[in-house]
Amino acid sequence: MTEIALTLTDAHASTARRARRQRLQDAAFRNATLAFALLVLLILGGVTVSLIDGALPALRMFGFGFVGTEVWNPVSEQFGALAPIYGTLLTSIIAMAVGIPVSFGIALFITEMCPAWLKRPLGVAIELLAGIPSIIYGIWGLFVFAPFMQSTIQPFLIATLGQIPGIGNLFMGPPYGIGILTAGLILGIMVLPFITSITRDVFETVPPMVRESAYGLGATTWEVVWNVVLPYTRTGVVGGVMLGLGRALGETMAVTFVIGNAHRISSSIMAPGTTISASIANEFTEAVGDVYTSSLVALGLILFLITFAVLSIAKLMLLRLQRKAGV
Amino acid sequence: MTMTHMDANSPAHGSHPMPPGMLAGTAADRAIAGAGLPEKISVRNLEFFYDGYRALKNISLPLYDRQVTAFIGPSGCGKSTLLRILNRMYDLYPKQVATGEVLLDGTNILSPKQDLNLLRARVGMVFQKPTPFPMSIYDNIAFGVRLYEKLSRAEMEERIEFSLRRAALWDEVKDKLRQNGMSLSGGQQQRLCIARAIAVKPSVLLLDEPTSALDPISTAKCEELIDELRSDYCIAIVTHNMQQAARISNFTAFMYLGELIEFGNTEEIFTNPTKEKTSEYITGRFG
Repeated sequence: MTEIALTLTDAHASTARRARRQRLQDAAFRNATLAFALLVLLILGGVTVSLIDGALPALRMFGFGFVGTEVWNPVSEQFGALAPIYGTLLTSIIAMAVGIPVSFGIALFITEMCPAWLKRPLGVAIELLAGIPSIIYGIWGLFVFAPFMQSTIQPFLIATLGQIPGIGNLFMGPPYGIGILTAGLILGIMVLPFITSITRDVFETVPPMVRESAYGLGATTWEVVWNVVLPYTRTGVVGGVMLGLGRALGETMAVTFVIGNAHRISSSIMAPGTTISASIANEFTEAVGDVYTSSLVALGLILFLITFAVLSIAKLMLLRLQRKAGV
Repeated sequence: MTMTHMDANSPAHGSHPMPPGMLAGTAADRAIAGAGLPEKISVRNLEFFYDGYRALKNISLPLYDRQVTAFIGPSGCGKSTLLRILNRMYDLYPKQVATGEVLLDGTNILSPKQDLNLLRARVGMVFQKPTPFPMSIYDNIAFGVRLYEKLSRAEMEERIEFSLRRAALWDEVKDKLRQNGMSLSGGQQQRLCIARAIAVKPSVLLLDEPTSALDPISTAKCEELIDELRSDYCIAIVTHNMQQAARISNFTAFMYLGELIEFGNTEEIFTNPTKEKTSEYITGRFG
C-alpha cells in the first residue's frame, strides 16, 4: 500500500519536474527570440546613429547645399553630393527600365506558356544568375561588355537616337564604353534574377481556377496576364520590383568597374558618372582629412535615406491601391 | 419555348436522328432519350488521356439545346474532365490529349483549327469555387464583354444590368457596382461568376459543381437561376448532389471509372435505371 502511494507520488513529482523544466525551456525560447528581434531594431538604430554622427561635420560645413552642389574637390575640400545622387538614381532608373519588362516576360513565360521540360532548366538558370558575385559582373562588364558597348551599341545609338532633337542630348558624345548607360544595363542584368524569381513565385499563387475563368471567357494569354494575373499579384510584384530597386541603388562593385567614376553630371547618359556607393568604395582609402571622410559618410546617409524613401513610397502605393480596390 | 423534361420524354425509335451504335456501351433503349430535340453538342467516341492515362473511355452522348444535362458519378469518374473538354480548357495544360469528336453546332471543336478563344466565348464555364477577378463588380462583367464587343457606355451598362438581373444578383449589387467583386459573399460571388459567363452571350453553359462551396440558401438561389437559364442555354452541370441533379436536370449521364454507364431522361434514370451500377449509385450504396 505504502509502496504504491510512494510510486504515485514519485510519478507526480517527476511529472511536475518535467512540466517545470518545459516551462523554463519555453520561457528561455521566448526570451531568446525576443532578443533576436530586438537586435534588428538595435542594429538599425545603431547604423542610423553612427551614420548621422559621422556625417555631421560635413553637413555642418556645407549645410543643405551638400545635396545640391555638383562640385567634388578633395584638394580644396569642397564636397557636394549632387553628381553621385544623380548617378545613383539614373543608373537605377535605367536598370529598372530594362530589368522590369524582361523579368516580367521571363516570369510570365515560365508560369503561363513554358513547356514542362524547359521549366526546370530555366528556373535553375535564373537562380544561378542570382548567385553570380557582383565582382564577376564587374570584370565581365569592364572587359567584355564595355568594349562591346563602345564598338557597337554606343556608335549605333549616337547615329540614330542621338540625331533626334531633344532626346538626342541623352545619346551624345564620344562612345567611351564605360559610363552611366553601361552601368545601368549591367545593373539591369543583375536585378533581373531577383525580380524574375519573386514575380514568378507570386504569379504561381494565382489559383488555377481564377486563371481558367478568365481563359473560359475567351481571353487571350495577354489579357489573362494583364487583367487578372497582375492585379491579383500586385503586392508581391511591387515587392519584387522594390527588392530589385534596392539592389540597384546599393550595388557597388559592378558599378564601380564600369561607370567611370567621374563626379560630374552630363546631359548624355553615355558619359562617365558615379554613384553614391561607387564613390564611397573608391575614395574611402584615399580620404584624408575629416571633412573628406565625413562627406563620404554623409553620402552613405543619403543613400540610406533614398532606399528608405523608396520603400516607404512602395508601401504607400500599395496601401492606396488596396484602398482603391476596396478589399 | 420552355420544355420540361416531361415533353422531352417522347420515345420515337424510328425517327431517331443519331447514327446507330452511337451510344455504344450505354443502354440501347435509352439511346433514344430526347430524340427529336436539337442537339447542341454531340460527343462521339471521345477518349481522353492525362499523360498517357486513359481517363475517358469511348464516351458518346448528346447535349440538347435548352435543356439541362447533369453529369453524376463518384469522384474521379471523369465528369469534370468531360466538362473541361467541351470548352477545351484542358488545352491549357501539357500532356492532355482528347481523341474522337465533339460537335458544337455540327463543327468538331477538337480540331486543331478551332479558335480556342472564340470557342470559350461561346461556351461559358462556372467553377466549383467562386472566382471573381480582382476588380470591381462592374469590371468583372465588362471584362469578358470587352474582349469581343465594342459597346458604348450605355450599351455596356445595359448589358451589365441584363446579366446581373439574369443571374438574380442585380437587386443586391446595383448600388455598389464599383465595389470589388471579392468583397461579395460566397453565394453572391458565384452568381457574379454566372452573370459574367452570361454577359458574353454564350450558347452553352458548363457548370462544374457550381454550388459545392455554397450554403443551402445560396444553393437554392443558384438552382432557381439554373432553372430559369434553361430556356436560353444548353446547360451541362457536374454535381455530386444527386437531389440537385434530380431537381434541375432534364437529362442525366451517369459515369463510372471513365465510362458513360447510362444516359437518359433524368426521371427515368432516377426512378428506373437499367444498369445495376446506376441504381447502386443513386440509392447511395457506393460513391
